[in-house]
Amino acid sequence: MTTAGSPAVATNVGRPTLGGRRFSLDWIGVVPFLGYAALFLVLPSAIVAFGAFFDANNAFTLDNFTHLSRSYIVKSTIDTTTVSAITALLGAALGAILSYVIVTGSPTGLLRRIVISASGVLAQFGGVTLAFAFIASIGPAGLVYLFAQSHGFDYYAHGIWLFEPIQGLSLVYLYFQIPLMVLVFLPALDGIKPQWREATESLGGNTWHYWRHVAGPLLFPAFLGGVLLLFANAFSAYATANALINQGQPMLAQQIAGALSSEVGAYEPGFAKSIAVEMIVIVTLVTILYTQLQRRTSRWL
Amino acid sequence: MDALVAAAKAEGKLNVIALPRDWANYGKELDTFHSMYGIDITSDNPDGSSQQEVDAIKQLGGTSRGPDVVDVGMAVALANTTLFTPYKVATWGDILDSQKESTGLWFQDYGGFMSVGYDSAKVPAITSLDDLLKPEYKGKVALNGNPKQANAALNGVMMASLAEGGSVDDISKGVDFFHRLKQAGTFVPVQATTATVKNGTTPVVFDWDYLSAAHGKDVPGWKVFVPNSAVLGGYYAQAISKVAPHPAAARLWEEFLYSDQGQNIWLQGLARPVRQAAMQKSGKIDATAAAALPPVNGTPQFLSPDQATAAKNYVVAHWDAAIS
Amino acid sequence: MAVARRGVHRTRWLRLQVFRYVVLGLAALFFLVPIYAMLEFSTRSNSGGRTLEFWQSIFTYPDLINWNFGPAPDAAINASLELALITSVVMLVLLVPTMVWVRLKLPRLSRFIEFVCLLPLTIPAIVLVVGLFPIYIWMGTNFSDSILTLSLAYVVLVLPYCYRALDAGLGGIDVKTLSEAARSLGARWDQVMLGIIVPNISNAILNALLLSVALVLGEYTIANNLLYNNMQVELVHLARANAGVSIAVAVASLFFAFILLIAISFVGNRPRRAMPEAVTSFGKGPVQGSAG
Repeated sequence: MTTAGSPAVATNVGRPTLGGRRFSLDWIGVVPFLGYAALFLVLPSAIVAFGAFFDANNAFTLDNFTHLSRSYIVKSTIDTTTVSAITALLGAALGAILSYVIVTGSPTGLLRRIVISASGVLAQFGGVTLAFAFIASIGPAGLVYLFAQSHGFDYYAHGIWLFEPIQGLSLVYLYFQIPLMVLVFLPALDGIKPQWREATESLGGNTWHYWRHVAGPLLFPAFLGGVLLLFANAFSAYATANALINQGQPMLAQQIAGALSSEVGAYEPGFAKSIAVEMIVIVTLVTILYTQLQRRTSRWL
Repeated sequence: MDALVAAAKAEGKLNVIALPRDWANYGKELDTFHSMYGIDITSDNPDGSSQQEVDAIKQLGGTSRGPDVVDVGMAVALANTTLFTPYKVATWGDILDSQKESTGLWFQDYGGFMSVGYDSAKVPAITSLDDLLKPEYKGKVALNGNPKQANAALNGVMMASLAEGGSVDDISKGVDFFHRLKQAGTFVPVQATTATVKNGTTPVVFDWDYLSAAHGKDVPGWKVFVPNSAVLGGYYAQAISKVAPHPAAARLWEEFLYSDQGQNIWLQGLARPVRQAAMQKSGKIDATAAAALPPVNGTPQFLSPDQATAAKNYVVAHWDAAIS
Repeated sequence: MAVARRGVHRTRWLRLQVFRYVVLGLAALFFLVPIYAMLEFSTRSNSGGRTLEFWQSIFTYPDLINWNFGPAPDAAINASLELALITSVVMLVLLVPTMVWVRLKLPRLSRFIEFVCLLPLTIPAIVLVVGLFPIYIWMGTNFSDSILTLSLAYVVLVLPYCYRALDAGLGGIDVKTLSEAARSLGARWDQVMLGIIVPNISNAILNALLLSVALVLGEYTIANNLLYNNMQVELVHLARANAGVSIAVAVASLFFAFILLIAISFVGNRPRRAMPEAVTSFGKGPVQGSAG
């Protein structure tokens, strides 16, 4: 077929290949984006990453990275990864369920609008006020706790778990992880056509067959992408953790902020940047894992 | 002075940083200065730490948005004198030599004593720090900030050390005390804010007495306790940026802060202004405000820079393990 | 879409509705109780009764809003709204064509683009701002140091979220077939983009828009460390007045963003017409053919 397109753009259809190589100007299409990303994303990140390799006198050093073996940094790395993984998986699952509930309602109805607007707001809600929202509701002086206590149920009898990273912080993180998942997963659910359900049924399949062989495999890449996003989101979140668990600093982002803003002399910018590099490495590893998973599952699903 | 006022008005603007309105009554300082001289004040980064203030000078110093003046903790002031320009306010002579840098690079402004503030309606009265280990305080004690970062928190741990038999050279007893608080279940790691205090989540907070006293406007029964055996004081310091975009306004601001009026405004915020002794002698002190200061009995001690560094090193190495 | 209501379908539909309401009920509980707790706290007077004084004091704060919208906003809410607008527009213009292009022409680049779009989330904002300082100083001396330049950094911050939403939307339509069909009928690339692709992913675009506006309105760290006073920074100033105001202001900020987002969701959405399946069909909501 002939393509009457704008002459500045080349397509691969019908063009002679030069010795097996495709000669295309398609790369021009991504230049604006990559250029922008290079200037405002890669450059600042590089500035930070390179800063990790220099000490206070601007001499090249790997010392900053040796500090990563400090015991509280190791513990922080483990805690951060655990909390991020838990809230990513749980948040994605619960968010997907909530998305399903929304998408099975009216597409232009008020419920959908309310939920996606609320999700937009809550997905970015965090920091001191989110921490306080939980403190004021289920905290040791909160409405829910006082109510429960007056009815005999003291759920802090074995310690205030709200201030523990794995239990309390994860719960608080779900507050913005679930709405985030709703917003990024809903478009995928929108792409599921009702005709497919009917086709499955007309071929004799039931609900299980539908989800296992039709909808599931189609949604899985988007679901996995959501998990990855939620993981990175929790991994780099700082303000909420800092308000809830200010002592002990279980999250790596807190350690970085501490090393950068300490006013008692524990100001170690090189060390902070080395932690940042560590974080980039961990998220890169998780991204690679995600890519592998996408490839494999697209084969056997 | 008149020339300075004219020059400052010509500049018309002042950039300040990390001056929350409820910190030592800075809100009133800013408002009064603005109404007296008509200079617009841009107040940036209200929750910033002293380190962030000097970072702002380093990063944005010469630009029109850079900070003109900073109000920093002593550790940061001493470490960054190259960023400041010397200036001696008119009332320079009233400041003790130990509280200023001889050429005027930095000069202390106000201070207070480390205290334990508590809501008398929610917890029993505190007469000694060891009370905090009792079950009545379970889940109720917090520090204002993290001692690896915040001046106030580091001094809080040091004050505990003094009360528990340590000294200004030895903060380990303080770290140990908080460890015991954590074991007893009384210490909570949450960041104490005005909201958590009012709501009752952190009815006991280690903080500077002037900051603690501010909770009194939210909580009617708020009391401030300074242990007799552990009177640990700390002062902050003013400095003018060498590359201040509005140098005349910066100097006028300092003159204002060190005038009787400016010092009294801090006093009304329950901070102890550096010229307090001189003003008491001259009778210019606001007597009602002075009488409202939290009572302190015992000899005040102050951390020298070396002691502060030693304390910091110990805390950085041991704090996270002690309270997890 | 009407489906014959045989007995099995009826039961399934009922089960679905029960499931939906249970989930919605639990979600409402989880998300609304903390907000209610904040509301309750912000109306608690110091003497034990209820009071609106903290809420009222928000509106008397001068630096928060004035009715002067323009290229040099001097009030915080104005600045944040303008930032939200600029960021959203730049994000859409940058992301949508690129993502479509990559799907059509450079599919092997998609993982790389995805990684680039995830990068902003790997670095906490407080560290990213350290790297942004030199760039902003350069921009400040050579172009402008207006608060609106923050939008350039914000576009980068919204990339991860918007990329994911748009990617999910693009994955649900057959971009290749649609664009090839349109091109074979003589459409130019801009007609393909604006007339075919965009309407089909309008829900995804809406979600990306909502995420971007919400992020800009809620952003604090980068604005604060670059010494700009956007809405959140100004709210922190305001919150220092007393405890009640600090929470009233937080809840007000949430409500403000919520109402703004609902308004945006009405602007974009046209009622869907039933389209023939062949080329431009897209997923309709109900799987069971019921009105929800």
